[in-house]
Amino acid sequence: MSKQIEGEILANKQLNESDYRLVLSLPELVDEIKSGQFLHVKCGPGLDPLLRRPISVHQYNQDRGEIVLLYRVFGKGTKQLAKREAGKKLDVMGPLGNGFDLTELENKILVVGGGIGFAPLMALVEKLVELNKEVMVLLGARRKEQLLCTDKLEKLSVGLKVATNDGSAGQKGYVTRLVEQELDKDKYEQVFACGPTPMLKAMQSLVNTKDIEIQVSLEERMGCGTGACLSCVCKVKVENDEGFEYRKACTDGPVFEASEVILDE
Amino acid sequence: MNKPDLTVDLSGLQLSNPVFTASGTFGFGEEYEEYVDLDRLGGVMVKGTTLEPKQGNPTPRIAETPAGMLNAIGLQNPGVDYFIAEILPKIRDYEFRTIVNMSANTIEEYQKLAEKLSKPEGIAALEVNISCPNVKKGGLAFGTEPEMAAGVVEAVTKNTDLPVITKLSPNVTDITEIAKAVEEAGSDIISLINTLVGMKIDIDKQEPILANTIGGLSGPAIRPVAVRMIYQVAQAVDLPIIGMGGIMNSRDAVEFLLAGASAVAIGTANFSNPRVTMEIIDGIEEYLCEHGYDSVQEIVGRAIK
Repeated sequence: MSKQIEGEILANKQLNESDYRLVLSLPELVDEIKSGQFLHVKCGPGLDPLLRRPISVHQYNQDRGEIVLLYRVFGKGTKQLAKREAGKKLDVMGPLGNGFDLTELENKILVVGGGIGFAPLMALVEKLVELNKEVMVLLGARRKEQLLCTDKLEKLSVGLKVATNDGSAGQKGYVTRLVEQELDKDKYEQVFACGPTPMLKAMQSLVNTKDIEIQVSLEERMGCGTGACLSCVCKVKVENDEGFEYRKACTDGPVFEASEVILDE
Repeated sequence: MNKPDLTVDLSGLQLSNPVFTASGTFGFGEEYEEYVDLDRLGGVMVKGTTLEPKQGNPTPRIAETPAGMLNAIGLQNPGVDYFIAEILPKIRDYEFRTIVNMSANTIEEYQKLAEKLSKPEGIAALEVNISCPNVKKGGLAFGTEPEMAAGVVEAVTKNTDLPVITKLSPNVTDITEIAKAVEEAGSDIISLINTLVGMKIDIDKQEPILANTIGGLSGPAIRPVAVRMIYQVAQAVDLPIIGMGGIMNSRDAVEFLLAGASAVAIGTANFSNPRVTMEIIDGIEEYLCEHGYDSVQEIVGRAIK
């Protein structure tokens, strides 16, 4: 059951030049949350920007009643969010979205995050570890400073490999190259991924060549977050004249099977 | 002190209070079930319905603007038959009045929609959309020519016994001309305004943001335009008006009532604050109490001089 609620900001810390980690006290929501879901956040106090911002749940702790959001400052909304101080309240709606489908989990799982796209994957990794799965995390970023959560991942019992575009950490190049290498080397039957569209498209082509189940978390410009406004739709393959229909990222997603979505750049 | 009377009678369309949700901003109502006591709403104007299902426009379909937003959804909807068979049975038990917003490419299609929507139980009124800026055929064209607007309204009123609400476009030179034309053609109620045609350009990519290039501007940015048009139309016709366009809180809603609207519809504000309709119903009641009015009808058009 989703709610509109004001949570207390416990921390809102800058991690690098553009990314922030926001901790919210939300005991009323935390029990409902699944990894891959998001909160719709009223970033500032006024009417400009008018719309909320969908921000994925990065981590959640049911014992402490806390939810962590990890976000990158892009525009007016996230700029205002970055200025919100600990001790103040934040108006959120949630939990929203379908979350990752964990009903049929394989034992060896690959998790692939590109840039800020890793945000929703941390809660997933923690869940998979809790379920005793063998997890390999592949993390990509433009440069070393933008690699997220490596310290936290190193403390978990998961494999971790990183790639940066400029080679300042890990392998030089895109994270998708790491994915190819990993899949050539080892057998994975299940992949979870979130990142920029070109990365997801590259991941998608692996579905065909390797016959692997890949769940991807997508991002779209969103209006209401409840499925009413139909702004945030994505193309999903169906057998009709056009070969697709639109599904709502907010309520049908944001997680989709990579094999079913059509990714336009 | 007695509670003021919030009930409204719009040409026979009876409402428990004057607060609707505007078409396209509230889905079919159910989407907001977890945030709102749907039974408390006066009415829900459901998502624009067409004869055949529509996929709508490509994405991006939305862009933010100062104190507003642009949308170009393109009337994505499952079609009238699906609505009647699958959705209406789920929403008809709520206390709110269901208003079906209908859109079409031709007069004949409007006529067929009116016929189909007049049969099932549970529809309180039809809202004729002659003002959608986001579809290629028909759409806005019907709403900008008095003769065409009248033609659509006649076709609908002849084929239904339900109250007919005509939703006017603000994208015209003289709104009163269109209002008079639809009044003469038999419309029972007028709703206004639909979105203003607008556009936003990404200066880094040097191209329009919306896939459809242009879209409909809504939100508080358009409120003064809406208030002005309601003020003008209220004096030009005898029909009750449902006012909408950037209402964000109860003070805005009262402004619309004072300008001449008998009821209001809340649109984009639902996205920003899903509880807003409940706050507006309470706020209107408080305003009436504070100013010593016995009923909401007493303030309708009170600012007209």
